Amino acid sequence: MAFQPELESMPREDLEELQLERLRGTLRRVYDNVPLYRAKFDEAGLDPSAVKSLADVSSIPFTLKDDLRSAYPYGMFAVSLRDIVRVHSSSGTTGQITVVGYTRGDIERWADLMARTYAAAGATADDIVQVTYGYGLFTGGLGAHYGSERLGALTIPVSGGNTKRQVQILKDFGVTVLACTPSYAQLIGETAAEMGVDLRDLPLRVGVFGAEPWSENMRRTIEELLGVKAIDIYGLSEVIGPGVAAECVEEQHGLHVNEDHFLIEVVDPETLQPVPDGEVGEVVFTTLTKEGIPVIRYRTRDISRIIPGECSCGRTFRKMERVFGRTDDMLIVRGVNVFPSQIEHVLMDIPGVAPHYQVILRREAALDEVEVHVEVTPDFAFDEIRALEALQKRVRSEIMSVLAVSVGVKLVEPKSIQRSEGKAKRVVDLRDAKGEAS
Amino acid sequence: MIEQLSVFLENRPGRMADMARVLGEAGNNMRAFVVADTAEFGVARIIVDRPRAACDALKAAGFGVTVTRVIAVEVPDRPGGLADVLDALGAAGVNVEYAYCFVEPNGEVAVDVFRVEDPEAATSALEAAGISLRQAHDIYERD
Repeated sequence: MAFQPELESMPREDLEELQLERLRGTLRRVYDNVPLYRAKFDEAGLDPSAVKSLADVSSIPFTLKDDLRSAYPYGMFAVSLRDIVRVHSSSGTTGQITVVGYTRGDIERWADLMARTYAAAGATADDIVQVTYGYGLFTGGLGAHYGSERLGALTIPVSGGNTKRQVQILKDFGVTVLACTPSYAQLIGETAAEMGVDLRDLPLRVGVFGAEPWSENMRRTIEELLGVKAIDIYGLSEVIGPGVAAECVEEQHGLHVNEDHFLIEVVDPETLQPVPDGEVGEVVFTTLTKEGIPVIRYRTRDISRIIPGECSCGRTFRKMERVFGRTDDMLIVRGVNVFPSQIEHVLMDIPGVAPHYQVILRREAALDEVEVHVEVTPDFAFDEIRALEALQKRVRSEIMSVLAVSVGVKLVEPKSIQRSEGKAKRVVDLRDAKGEAS
Repeated sequence: MIEQLSVFLENRPGRMADMARVLGEAGNNMRAFVVADTAEFGVARIIVDRPRAACDALKAAGFGVTVTRVIAVEVPDRPGGLADVLDALGAAGVNVEYAYCFVEPNGEVAVDVFRVEDPEAATSALEAAGISLRQAHDIYERD
């Protein structure tokens, strides 16, 4: 069931008209109220009122994380602080934290968007929702909380941590919906098993999981362990927080983007030109209704694609594929953009290999050669050479199908790929070491 | 039925020596040792004194290793001896995946090791044909 069916299933034509109208309003507001946007637009020779179609969006300058950092804390707000009722911030793991502000209207709309997320996952006002996303500056906890209340569900604001207590509450409170990160869901499942609690016997039936990358394989594991339908959700604080996009329970494949509030584009990270639906690139969002801190063509660094075609759930909002990488680690191999994190996603879904790999790049006779080293899991049946060869073939063909370049795959011994600070060095680029001189 | 170690070896200089050293340091003597290789990697098949302890030692040293059940047969020391063994397996519809041979420490008896799809069926077929099977305790300490 959709929370706002008249909006979530509106005809594409009406939707695009609404998007354009809201886009033009947003451009006007940021040009008038945010010096950084005014300077950017002026520099690009862009008159906001000259944007007359959605296709004109490609002439608008991008916004980067660094723009938000340089505006710390309030420089990108488009309203006076008097109209801001709340701020959140990003974690700042990669430098200066960034601050985002919400007006009362923003908070209202955000609650609606998160209520849509729960509804798409199959939850209703009859449900009991345990929110274990962290409450605080992080958008996850309060975002999930307000959405659950907006839906009308009984909402339990547990926040993160104390996993045994989480299990106790799941059990004692008759919880039916769990909202947390997928890795925490797995930990809750394992902890429950250690405590002798079989979550599959409890009323728990839906998981709303997001805020970190996960795989289909992990989804199956969690669904089995917890006895839930696991739904992937997507969001980022710069755009609003959780509630940007969510899977529907009908297909569990692709996340419907709330296109009446956010304009999604997918661009080639090198040329920055938009790519057609279906092609992989960097996801870019423009907010259409945000008042506190609208963002224009914000480059998320997340790699995904639009899944073409209609969805059986009836929503007309287009779907983005589960995020499978970051532009930060992009390589260019024979002119093709390659995202090593895509390899990790492939490996997570193949039994017999660990998601640890190393990409070795060499240049042989002016051609880039790619060799991927992949660790076999310690419990593999090593006696079977045919099984090892079949595994190597499968890994190679699946990697090639997502990267779209030819690669060699070498199976290596368990735990043999060097790890530093718990993370493996993913890419060894030997191309500049030789061959460049000629 | 006896237990054999199957060890995954990358094509990397010194890797096999590392493996042999781990076995040696764990006080394991090898009864038989054979390496199958492909273009990309090798699998060493080894029969040792104490297979479980050797397996644990190799795992602890970071090797990919599996304990595999194989059958060991005392092959009559005469022309056609091996053919009789294989006939018995063939008649029972048992496929041989690989085989190798070693000599027991007293130097008198040759033992052939067979990896088959169905070791139970192979064992009964060989016993029915009057062919003598070696048990684990004939060859190594059971641990």
